[in-house]
Amino acid sequence: MNVRTILATKGSDVITIRPHQAVREAVRLLARHNIGALVVVDEAGRPVGIISERDIVRAAARHEDRDVCAMLVEEIMTRDVVTGTPQDDVHSVAHTMTERRFRHLPIVEEGRLVGIVSIGDVVKAQRDLYRGEVDTLQTQIMADEPQNAS
Amino acid sequence: MASIGTAERPLRVAVIGSGPAGFYTVEHLFRQKTYTVQVDMFERLPTPFGLVRYGVAPDHQKIKNVTRIYEKLARRPEFRFFGNVEYGRHVTLDDLRRHYHQIVFATGTQGDRKLGIPGEELQGFHSAREFVAWYNGHPDYAHLTFDLSKELVAVVGVGNVAVDVCRILLKTREELLQTDIADYALEALANSNVREVYMLGRRGPAQAAFTPPEIKELGELADAEVVVLPDEAELDELSRRAVEEHPDKETLRKLEILRGYVRERPSGAKRRVLYLRFLVSPVEAHANEAGEVDGLKLVRNELYMTEAGTLRPRATEQFEEIPVQLVFRSIGYRGAPLPGLPFHERWGVIWNKKGRVVDPESGEPLTGLYCAGWIKRGATGVIGTNKPDALETVECMVEDVEAGRLLDPDAPDPEAAECFVRERQPNYVSFEDWKIIDRLEVERGKAAGRPRVKFTSVEEMLEALRREKAAVR
Repeated sequence: MNVRTILATKGSDVITIRPHQAVREAVRLLARHNIGALVVVDEAGRPVGIISERDIVRAAARHEDRDVCAMLVEEIMTRDVVTGTPQDDVHSVAHTMTERRFRHLPIVEEGRLVGIVSIGDVVKAQRDLYRGEVDTLQTQIMADEPQNAS
Repeated sequence: MASIGTAERPLRVAVIGSGPAGFYTVEHLFRQKTYTVQVDMFERLPTPFGLVRYGVAPDHQKIKNVTRIYEKLARRPEFRFFGNVEYGRHVTLDDLRRHYHQIVFATGTQGDRKLGIPGEELQGFHSAREFVAWYNGHPDYAHLTFDLSKELVAVVGVGNVAVDVCRILLKTREELLQTDIADYALEALANSNVREVYMLGRRGPAQAAFTPPEIKELGELADAEVVVLPDEAELDELSRRAVEEHPDKETLRKLEILRGYVRERPSGAKRRVLYLRFLVSPVEAHANEAGEVDGLKLVRNELYMTEAGTLRPRATEQFEEIPVQLVFRSIGYRGAPLPGLPFHERWGVIWNKKGRVVDPESGEPLTGLYCAGWIKRGATGVIGTNKPDALETVECMVEDVEAGRLLDPDAPDPEAAECFVRERQPNYVSFEDWKIIDRLEVERGKAAGRPRVKFTSVEEMLEALRREKAAVR
């Protein structure tokens, strides 16, 4: 199973923000859409960073003397973003996210941002796959029993 | 007036498609206890069960037993089956909106992914999907022909469909006689000249999509030997490390089975040979003077790791030619657009969020429209994967009933719906009718010592049904 399967039922709309916007706007967007991270994109729509709840909390702790909301997104965003493609395997993505401790993976195809996958999406996809396999076996066992027994 | 979803005013749902996704949707709709639901299922063919009948291999009868679960659902009084009724032809979206509060599309995939290489349109270059539908007796594909007088065949892909195609190509008449394969396919395959089959994977053995039981079964063929070349069985550095760091049981089991097939050349003990090849991609099919496939050029691949950690293939400069005259591409199924519904070209699915059909522009749900199964998430997973998938859709449906986000049909009663179906398709097939067809097929099978002998045209099915009903009267 690859990332494309996750995006198919998730929609391709990714909530993005630009580097020069204020953190305040990022906070609003996170709250309004009930999400944990925004992809930061340049004029061409290419991802140049990611700003997550964690980035904002960390910045608040680091800059106790400043109003973090008034800072710019680019000042506190994570810059080296790992991106994925729709062809990436869900299993390898799960390993990479766990090992490298990040929770959002922007998905890029032909230079364009086409979606974002969270660790929650990955866990759900793996769970459904596993459930499906168990269920197939279960139904087969049930269906193999004599019909009048049920 | 009573609210919708009560015994006085049941929630009326139309499900389009009768494969696993359709039936699991029905199961979850009946399982929830908040609302009283009536379901009408529409199916293009007179026969239900979709890919269980026309996709699952004819020599995997046990897997087909899952239909007993679906039959139990179909026998419920709140359920009706309208077979031989096609969405977009006999009934339109507007028609359905007049009779139902909610409409679920579980139509599966009617297309397949192409390789996009020169020569793919040549005579003898086929889609595995069509071949599978053909040997399973699907009425829309029964007329197809495959030139099995050829000796060398390539199957591109290493998923379970590719494995099915290889196995069916390599089985003997005696083996095929134990299946419900279409009669014409049985004859064609039993008399085929196929001697060697090459199954081609673009990545290595550790990444192949087939499952352990499927490749184990290949080793049990009566008259075909499996060969994995020693240098292709060897894992490359990246794969070796990946397997060591994340050893999952299934991959280890797969590799162990494959090791049992490693040899330089076939032993010659069996008449036919199946070569499982890895790290190769077709780049071009060549033609003879008649415009038929005559040779497939392959490029050797190496693996690289993507940023996100997946091992992907990359072409090298090394090429080879295999002298095959017949090619089946088996690199995935793909959905086709349905009239009146937004289609996501890139993913090959209906535009949706968790099974709610959405407007591509606004991302907002289109009231009363849902999807489930392969047309919702793409062609992945096994039969049971459609169960959690359908549950997600049904949860959205229930939420929308609670919120009152429903269609507003002007004739939401079963009689009106049946009337309109009969008017559009007087020859619709009910579930009782299907059970007659089913019984006749099984009887024909008994006479031949086979699980069933399928009817392979709609006319044939309807004719048998007419005769049977006339006899009862």
